[in-house]
Amino acid sequence: MRKIWAWGALLFGILYFTLPLIGMTNFSLKMRRGEYSFDAYAKVFGDPRFQETFTYSVAQALFTIAFGVLLVVPTAYWVRLKLPRLRPYIEFITLLPLVIPAIVIVFGYIRLYNTSSWLPLTGSAFGTDILLMFGYATLALPYMYRAVDTGLRTIDVATLTEAAQSLGAGWATILARIILPNVLVAVLSGAFLTFAIVIGEFTMAALLNKPAFGPYMQLLGANRAYEPAALAVIAFGITWGCLGLIQLVSRFQKSAPPKA
Amino acid sequence: MSSAHTGARPPARRLPLHWLGILPFTAFVTLFLLLPTMKIVVGAFQTADGSFTLDNIYGLFTPSILAAYWISIKISIASALLGCLTGFAVSSAVVFGGLPKWIRGPLLTFSGVASNFAGVPLAFAFLATLGPVGILSVFLRSELGVDLRALGFNLLSFWGLTITYLFFQIPLMILIITPALDGLKREWREAAAILGATGLQYWRMVAFPILLPSILGTLALLFANAFGAVATAIALTGSSLSIVPILLFAQIRGDVLGNPHLGYALAFGMIVVTGIANAIYIWLRARSERWLK
Repeated sequence: MRKIWAWGALLFGILYFTLPLIGMTNFSLKMRRGEYSFDAYAKVFGDPRFQETFTYSVAQALFTIAFGVLLVVPTAYWVRLKLPRLRPYIEFITLLPLVIPAIVIVFGYIRLYNTSSWLPLTGSAFGTDILLMFGYATLALPYMYRAVDTGLRTIDVATLTEAAQSLGAGWATILARIILPNVLVAVLSGAFLTFAIVIGEFTMAALLNKPAFGPYMQLLGANRAYEPAALAVIAFGITWGCLGLIQLVSRFQKSAPPKA
Repeated sequence: MSSAHTGARPPARRLPLHWLGILPFTAFVTLFLLLPTMKIVVGAFQTADGSFTLDNIYGLFTPSILAAYWISIKISIASALLGCLTGFAVSSAVVFGGLPKWIRGPLLTFSGVASNFAGVPLAFAFLATLGPVGILSVFLRSELGVDLRALGFNLLSFWGLTITYLFFQIPLMILIITPALDGLKREWREAAAILGATGLQYWRMVAFPILLPSILGTLALLFANAFGAVATAIALTGSSLSIVPILLFAQIRGDVLGNPHLGYALAFGMIVVTGIANAIYIWLRARSERWLK
């Protein structure tokens, strides 16, 4: 009896989750009348706007990841090493972007950094790019900080630091050559999740008027029939790829300790 | 655990230069998270020339804005409740239902992917499924003679949005509740059985009270998750459904309310609602973690 219930619940779940995936895949292949074809994909990949926006978002994602790592790794390390009493407060702050909706944060940016303010970031194209990157870094902060902090928990930060210092290493060397390699798996998990978040992000890019992939998808969705479905398949593939890579690197980590 | 307990603290003779280490982080968070939010909160209580007022907050209590909040809250509650229920059912089916062990890994991986598959593409997926020419709508119409449209179902509505949001709500519930279900110790069940409890009594009087804080906490998290979702709603409905995030989006784009400071108040209202939901979540999670070690 229990088994029937369990299978029923699972079946319902599978049905609910596969139908939209089948739906979008099926729809994306139906651009040519009466037969299945990859026309919609060809259309999408051939669209110069797709190439531009996608490249832009990939670049944004990479810069966000680089900035996030540079910001989070030293901070999380330092807090664990020297300021452990601050840890709950820092953790609370890093979780705030989950509480404050992204649309509110970007609204604040627009009002705070407009052309007549003390830091007119939205005044120039480059400044807006930077602002968007900071916005993405803020959105990714909860995931990045959590991943890195969990990674740091598994290593003995104090001993490693003292050992490195007694061999004459400075702070930069310790961070780059001791700490970072030790939490690399955690950093990579955070990085892939950041990538997945940034690549499809819509709200911030749209309100800052940046030609990113998210607004492009929305625009295409409002004007075309089959291409959006193809985009959805592509986006799902990217999300799946990022999460798959996280699984892969964390499996790598799980098998690492016995060897060491 | 760490270097926190290395004996007596040396007397603080030197300047506390430790603090400099988190200066970049503090500066970043202040400039790009706290100050922008403060700007909105303060702006909600200011007139155009900067003096204090409550008019903007009063301005929220007009029928159209209240209606937007109300439908946003209704969608968030509905998708959070259904997400919790379904997620719990699927999760407990896998943990207790005697299903093959190998299902668990793929289910959790898939949940990780699906909970992150939000935004614009998710809307496209549902349009291709339940839209006017979506695969399910067409199938039901041509094979079973059930016309969803004629039945009054519309993807661009309360139920349409709720069903779509469930795609990321259910997986999030599964991801959070599965570890909690794992934390239910077998001894508790056995102890209850020894004392003569039936399966139902065990669930009602032991397992459920223990799980309740995590369930309610997740409910709050799912609520906030749905309440702040902008992209899916916009890609799905354009601007035909007036929910708070869409209204705010339009307000930021072009001041549709005709009063910039009413926009601040609208955003402030969103912070208040998600803030309350998350405060409940944090409080309840702290309570539930007492039991699940």
